[in-house]
Parts: sequence; structure tokens; C-alpha cells
Amino acid sequence: MEYATVYIGLAIVFGLFMAWGIGANDVANAMGTSVGSKALTFKQAVVIAAVFELAGAILAGGEVTKTIRKGIIDVSSLSGTPDFLIWGMLASLLAAGIWLLVASRMGWPVSTTHSIVGAIVGFGAAGIGMDAVHWDKVGTIAMSWVTSPILAGIIAFALFKSIQNLIINTDNPVASAKKYVPFYIFLVGFIVAMVTMVKGLKHVGVKLPFDQSLAIAALVGAVIMVIGALMIRRLKFDPEADRDFHYANMEKVFGVLMIFTAMAMAFAHGSNDVANAIGPVAAVVGIAQSAGEIVVKSATPVWILLLGGVGIVIGLTTYGYKVIATVGSGITQLTPSRGFAATLAAATTVVLASSTGLPISTTHTLVGAVLGVGLARGIAALNMQVIKTIFMSWVVTLPAGALLSILFYFTLKGMFS
Amino acid sequence: MVIKSSITSMFGSSPIRPLQQHMEKVHSCVKELIPFFEAIVAKDFELAAKTQKRISRLENEADKLKHSLRMHLPKSLFMPMPREHVLEVLTTQDQIANMSKDIAGVVTGRKMQLPEPIAELFLAFVARCVDASAQATIVVNELDELVETGFRGGEVSRVEKMIGKLHRVEHETDKLEQQVRHALFAIETDYPPVDVIFLYRIIDWVGEVADLSQRVGTRLQLMLAR
Repeated sequence: MEYATVYIGLAIVFGLFMAWGIGANDVANAMGTSVGSKALTFKQAVVIAAVFELAGAILAGGEVTKTIRKGIIDVSSLSGTPDFLIWGMLASLLAAGIWLLVASRMGWPVSTTHSIVGAIVGFGAAGIGMDAVHWDKVGTIAMSWVTSPILAGIIAFALFKSIQNLIINTDNPVASAKKYVPFYIFLVGFIVAMVTMVKGLKHVGVKLPFDQSLAIAALVGAVIMVIGALMIRRLKFDPEADRDFHYANMEKVFGVLMIFTAMAMAFAHGSNDVANAIGPVAAVVGIAQSAGEIVVKSATPVWILLLGGVGIVIGLTTYGYKVIATVGSGITQLTPSRGFAATLAAATTVVLASSTGLPISTTHTLVGAVLGVGLARGIAALNMQVIKTIFMSWVVTLPAGALLSILFYFTLKGMFS
Repeated sequence: MVIKSSITSMFGSSPIRPLQQHMEKVHSCVKELIPFFEAIVAKDFELAAKTQKRISRLENEADKLKHSLRMHLPKSLFMPMPREHVLEVLTTQDQIANMSKDIAGVVTGRKMQLPEPIAELFLAFVARCVDASAQATIVVNELDELVETGFRGGEVSRVEKMIGKLHRVEHETDKLEQQVRHALFAIETDYPPVDVIFLYRIIDWVGEVADLSQRVGTRLQLMLAR
């Protein structure tokens, strides 16, 4: 292939740019509930985000990457003209990255997932042909954008009801919290580890039988449960704090739980959203390295997953920390118990989506989860206008991503052919 | 750069703390009725006038809190209790402060005096009505705990007990009101008729302070019932 090195170079630059954008803007939404509920200090949140975004991207980001890379566009029809796919993927990255930058500058609600999917569908339909798009797959993805917030809402509702029954509405909430919170910590570790083992790890070359995965996931859950239990034991309770607000000490115990939930959320976000940046990179690199041949069966190289993770961390440390601070201080009425229910529900939904290869919007999922807690009468005031911003994100971001990517596609086509 | 995140913007400002602050302000206004009537009984009209001014100022401050809370309660807000109930509680709380202001205003404006034979009983009646307002404040202060528990379990029965106590206090004020009226009836011919008519009206209004406090509790009970 004539421009193989140029293509790979461009893909890396555009991919880093997109990952930087995700780290700068999107991560803040994922971490906002944790910082807002005061369970984490801002510095802790940044460190947790950096470590677990990277881990999520590498350990569980493979499936969604595969979808972005070859699930939306029918690559087999392009074997004669591999350059088309390369230009398209480069155009999509550039389109989504620029749109993300412009939109967040203007304060518009954007979803990184929606912009990249819109961009890929856009270049596929307009640049290659309507038949080149796997419309059934696109339909499934679009459906998952509706179902993921709903599922997260249901899980959050159920989680909140369960902590109400087991902890909050008992005679001694602090004692109940000490008793049951370690089990919730186990649940956090188990769910994330299980989903990762079953679906994610094969992209880094590890494939374990189901029962072995189960055992390891249980072990991971048990280990962090012990760590959590030790942290709870070290907590100091102040009976004075309960005089004004009777649940202050109980919330302290939930604060420990929230630390683990925040890790799960960062992991989930890394596993799903990093693909938005590196899926196209993997596609370009795959074609360029195999000298123009479109290899349908090929795993995503780990260095590309790493590239995405590093990009996100750079975005986080150069700019995203500011956004986390702003988002965190904007959420004042979320206590750790609610923050936990909402965040774990969202994280679970997102890792499930990641393991099935569905690119979903972390932010929308989190919104659905918070609404679920609200429906359980757990939050003093929710602004329902947020639903409108979600629709805005659909109506504006999808076509914007598509139009920009069509524009860049024909520009690249003109430059290279 | 503007950072507008869907996550941040979905959390509206909670009406709970402002509602509690409003009730605290209202009660601080009602409380002043005790030193006010003590001054009237002691015929220290200078002190009474000063206290009346303080009551009026506190009512004014409560009004400001009411307006700002109303401004921050848009229809798009999703809350664990119906918006109408929050607004009704606010209005009722506000009426308590208004009533206190009117009482003090009429008494000072008409330079009214309390007849010696009913003075002690009347002061006890005022004190009990202020107790009702204090109990209503305690109930309103449980609202944040109610939200924390999701309006369920032990907290609900605790609040119901508090509301029960509020009912009892109000019932006592009713009885005291009757006694004060009887006592006044027995001596009413000894005083100028117009003054007596206004005294009856003041007794009525002071009783109203307890009635309205009880209504705050009843409105909160409606929130629990959902």
C-alpha cells in the first residue's frame, strides 16, 4: 500500500486527539457523581479515573472496539478498494473529535458515542453506498441507546430499594451499613471482574473457561470486600454529627462503598468509550499493515488499546480535571448512598454493553440511573429538562457527526487519489 | 469555557433546606409574641412597640425567603413529593408569620391593654400557641431525613409521632382559648365594648397561629401518604 505509514501516522494522531477529547470532557460525567457525593476528594477522583480508565480500555475495551471497527460498515464489500475504508475511518475520527471540541466549547450536550457512530454511518452511507452499512447492527446500537438508560434506571431503583430495606430503614442504620456494605463492595468487584473475564480478556489473549472465570471473579470480589471491610473498621464515627442530620454516620460507611463504585465506573467508561477513539484506529492500522488486505478476523492489538487509554489519561490530566471539579461541585444534593446506587447501576449497564460490543453513552446511562433513584423518592429535586438535552444530543449530534465525516471523507479522497 | 454537563444540570436546587429556613424564620417571628404580650401586661408600651417592630421585620424576612423559594421551584422539577404540596406548606407557614404580624400590629395600633383578671391565662394561651409553631418547625426539620430514607420505614413513624404531638398541642390551645373567652366573658361589661370586641378578635387570631401550625403538619402528612 502506497501511503501505509502516512495512514497509520494520521490514524494515531486523530485517535489520540479523539481520546484526548473523551478524557477532557466525557470522563468528568462518569466521575461527577463520585466527586459530587463527597465520597472522593477531587485528587483521588483524578487518580482513580486515570488508573481505571486505562485498565478498562485495555482489559475490557476489545468488543466495542470491534464493533466500531468492523460492525457498522460491511468491510467485506470493500476488499477491492481498501483505501475507501481508511479515508472513511480517518474522516470519522476527525469529524467526531472536532465536533466534540466545538460542541463542548459551545456548551451543547454531546455524546462521544453518538458522534463517532453518526460519523461512521455518515461516511458509509454517503461515501460508499447505502448497502455498505450494516443497518441491522446500527438498529441494534440505536435501540441500546434507548434501553441502556432504562436498564440502568431499573437497576438503580432496585439497588436503592435494597439499601432502603437492609440499611437505611432499620433501627440502627450505622450498624446495618457496617454489616451489609461489604457485600455490596463484593458485588461491585464481582460484576466488573466477571464481565471482564467472560468477554473482555480474550482481546489480550486470555480465554478462561466459565467456571474458572467465576472463581476468579469471586476471588476479586472477596479481596476488595476485605479491603473495604478494613476501611470501614477504621472509620471514626461522631455521634454529634447525627444530631442535626440523623444519617450522617451511615453515609460515611457508604462513602467507602462509593470509592469502589467510582473505580467500577471509571473502568466501565474506559471499556466502552475508549473504543470510540481507537476503533477507527484499529481499522486503519489493520488494513495498512496487512498491505491493503481487509482482514475480517483479527484481534485489536494491545498497543492500540493502550494508545486509547493513554490518550484519555492525557486528556484527563491536561484539561479533564477542571471539568471534574466543576461537575463535582455542581452536584451538591447527592449523598454517597444515592451516588452509590446510581453509579453502580450505570457501571453495571455499561460493562454489560461493553461485553456485548454495544457502544452506548455513559452519560445517558448515568442520567437514567439517577432518575431511577429519583423515582424511588430518593433525591430531593431533579431537573427533568435533562431529558430534553438527551434528545438534543440525538437530534443534533448524529447528523452533525455524519455531515462532518462526509465532508472530511471526500476531502481525504481528493487528497490521496 | 462553558461546561454544561447533563449530569450537573439534572440536579435541581432542593426546596427542602429553603423550606426549613423559612419555617425557622417564621417561628422566630411567632416566638416574639411572648415578650410582646408580657410587655403589654407589664404596661411597658415602649418595649411592646419595639417588639412589634421586630416581629414586622422578621415577617418581612420570611416573605423574602418565600419569594426566592417560589422562584426556584420550576414545573420541570421532579421531586419525591408533589410540587403543590411543597407550595402549600410554604403558603401555610407564611400565613403563620402574617398572623403574628397582624396580632402585634393591631394591639400596638389600638394601644390595647390586657385586663388584669385574664392576663395570666392569656399569657399561658399565647405560650401554648407558640409551642404549636415550635412543634411544626421540628416536623419541617425532619423533611431532609424523610428524603434520605425515601419516605419509608422508621423515619415515617417518627414523623407521624411528631405530627401527633402537634395535634395534641393544638387541641390544648383550643381548650385554653375557650377558657380565656369564658374569663373575658365574665368581665366584659366592665370594659369599653369596642376594646372587648377587639380582644375577642385577638384571642381568635392567636388561636389561629396554632391552627395554622397544625395545618403545616397536616400538609406534611399528605406527603407521607403517597
